[in-house]
Amino acid sequence: MFRRIMRFILVSTMILSLTACGGNSLDSSSKSESGGDVSSDKNDGSKEKSVITITYREDGQGEKAPNYTWIKNAYETWDMKDQVELDLAPISASEGDYFAKVALQLQSPKTAPDLLTEDSFQLSADVEAGYLTDISDYVKDFPDFQDGKFYEKIIDGYTIDGRVYAIPYSADTRGLWYNRELLDKAGYSYPWQPNSWNDILEALAAIKETSPDVFPIWMNAGVATGEGTTMQTYEMLLYGTGEKLQDEDGKYIIESQAILDTLNMLKTIFTEGYGPDLSLVLNGQTSNTLYSEYFTKGKTAISLDGNWAVGRFNEDGMNPWPGYEDKIGFAAMPTQKGQEPGFITMSGGWGWAIPENADNKDVAFQFMKHLMSYDLYLNGICTKGNITVRKDIAEDEKYANQPFYSKASSLLDGAYFRPKEAKYAQVSTAIQTMVESVVTGTSPEDAIATYGSDVIRMVGEENVVRK
Amino acid sequence: MIRESRGLGDELKKSVLLTPAVLVLILFFLIPIFLTVYYSFTNLALNGEGARNVQFIGLENYSRMMTDPNMINSIVTTLIFLVGSLIGQQILGFFIALMMKGKNSRFRSIIGPFFLAGWIMPEVVVALCSFAFFDRSGTLNAILQSINIPMVEWLYKYPLLSVIIANVWHGMAFSMINFQSALDNVPGDIEEAARVDGANYWQRLFYIIIPQIKNTIATNTMLNTLSTLGVFGLIYTMTGGGPGVATQVLPIFMYKQAFVSFQLGYGTAISMVLLVLGLIFSILYARIVED
Repeated sequence: MFRRIMRFILVSTMILSLTACGGNSLDSSSKSESGGDVSSDKNDGSKEKSVITITYREDGQGEKAPNYTWIKNAYETWDMKDQVELDLAPISASEGDYFAKVALQLQSPKTAPDLLTEDSFQLSADVEAGYLTDISDYVKDFPDFQDGKFYEKIIDGYTIDGRVYAIPYSADTRGLWYNRELLDKAGYSYPWQPNSWNDILEALAAIKETSPDVFPIWMNAGVATGEGTTMQTYEMLLYGTGEKLQDEDGKYIIESQAILDTLNMLKTIFTEGYGPDLSLVLNGQTSNTLYSEYFTKGKTAISLDGNWAVGRFNEDGMNPWPGYEDKIGFAAMPTQKGQEPGFITMSGGWGWAIPENADNKDVAFQFMKHLMSYDLYLNGICTKGNITVRKDIAEDEKYANQPFYSKASSLLDGAYFRPKEAKYAQVSTAIQTMVESVVTGTSPEDAIATYGSDVIRMVGEENVVRK
Repeated sequence: MIRESRGLGDELKKSVLLTPAVLVLILFFLIPIFLTVYYSFTNLALNGEGARNVQFIGLENYSRMMTDPNMINSIVTTLIFLVGSLIGQQILGFFIALMMKGKNSRFRSIIGPFFLAGWIMPEVVVALCSFAFFDRSGTLNAILQSINIPMVEWLYKYPLLSVIIANVWHGMAFSMINFQSALDNVPGDIEEAARVDGANYWQRLFYIIIPQIKNTIATNTMLNTLSTLGVFGLIYTMTGGGPGVATQVLPIFMYKQAFVSFQLGYGTAISMVLLVLGLIFSILYARIVED
């Protein structure tokens, strides 16, 4: 008995001492972390710099990445430079993995950055999870934001129940980039503008005929390209049929003629040999491959992609292509049969958000404001190749004179936006699997069946509808 | 009295020495397992409502699984992958071991490492090598083209076969080593006696050698089964579970649900199925060995 008691005491002492040690070390580290708060620095007069951590996505471009140069230029010209240190923590990952890593980071104050690039489609889910700071009060101290210099429609995309959760920095539209010479060879004169899916298929057949060595069209089609597959490919087709992802009551449509037509179009493109080889398109690097090795070298005729693609061809872009403005063209994506409104585009964008678990929200907001100031943002948005969210920048000559920008921006008027709903981000992953299945040979009917059960699992039977 | 105090000293020593191990076991083994079981009954998610407000939802994850065609597809894919890998690894491993039996040690020391190479490499390196082999501009296609056979997109046309071959290459050497040591222990005199009685090579193989090493075969099968059930990195690197869902074995399906679709609760429920599957096979093989 005595032995048992001794054993118990010993074991408990050991456990207690261990946990006590743990407690101490946690405390000390959290103290040192909170020491980074700029206001407390000011109070106690210490000279220690505070640190803000910035997380953004980059795909292996390192210091050439537009986000990197934008942030770096902003820091160099920042009046708080002497008091604040920047800790850049880019995440090098495919688009899908980026969101998973960010979601994990945001859960703890130890790992959450102070500033974060957030895709508008993830916003609802992240806000519902309580990951993001409501910056409605912060923006009161941001005159440009208050004075109507930002497009209201775009701000709406980052506002939930009247509260602002991010400052938008980019908007986008999508369409068909094409190589003029290859289209010319196939018998189409510049500017080419198809008016229905059939027009596109005819052009593809003609290109295959006249230039057998090129891939007639290139589009995201795999799981690895994440939201790019959902938005640039699937939704650009689906919304052209007149149907959307959800019906008027906000229920996801999981079975319909429109979905079948969309998948059949994809199937035709890939089984007729109009699309690129699967190994080239079903990986996360497909955009880099396309623009560095195929499109710029005349080995791909058409690319269904975002307006930002053109940003790569600038002198300081990722794939400089001198004189590209005379070599390529940009056509709007037609609706399925040319029905009203004739052409469609999806639109989304990215914004800067402050995580709920950030240590340094005030300083982070100051830096965010600085990033979005006129000159810095003008440079930033031009190298990124995105559409501006500021009306005054839209009129700036440097921005407006970029080739193809007026056309890409003009599409914004009739643009469709993705469902602003927390479950959309999950549904999107089911769409990616469906598209990849079809382009690799699964029948559209089977792919739709799988999609249906995926979506039901995600949103519940009561939130879906079959047509 | 003296005995008693020495006993106490022993107990004290034992307790002190054992405590860290017990603690580690509790912290890193029991608690996680308990949490995994618990989470599989919740709606835990990486974002959205399930991240803010985790709720107990009973058997919902499991009942969903029953009607999820992806789940059924994943189980079937896992079984094909398992059976394919087992057959390949066991048969190749066995015959290589058999061929090396009785050869001189220099021959074994030269040939052995070639087969061992696939085994000692980390999984992800094996995956990259296999990717380079099966890729459209990879080794296999280069060989085919040099003899005028048109290129095949192996990883997209025959994805499951490709990953099975890669896994066989990776795991074969392990079987080979096991069989080698078992074969070395088969007494030569029984075989000799059979030969004198007029048994031919195949008869000796099937009636003398294989029955003698059947325990090794069972153990080896069990170990290979458990390691194959858990293969993730190899497939994820080579095909990402695709194209579509063609190579989506259970670990990949689990990962995708948990970290791509952000449904951690459902993901952990899938991992429980994986656990049960492993258990069933283990019990099955243990029975066979006992018999």
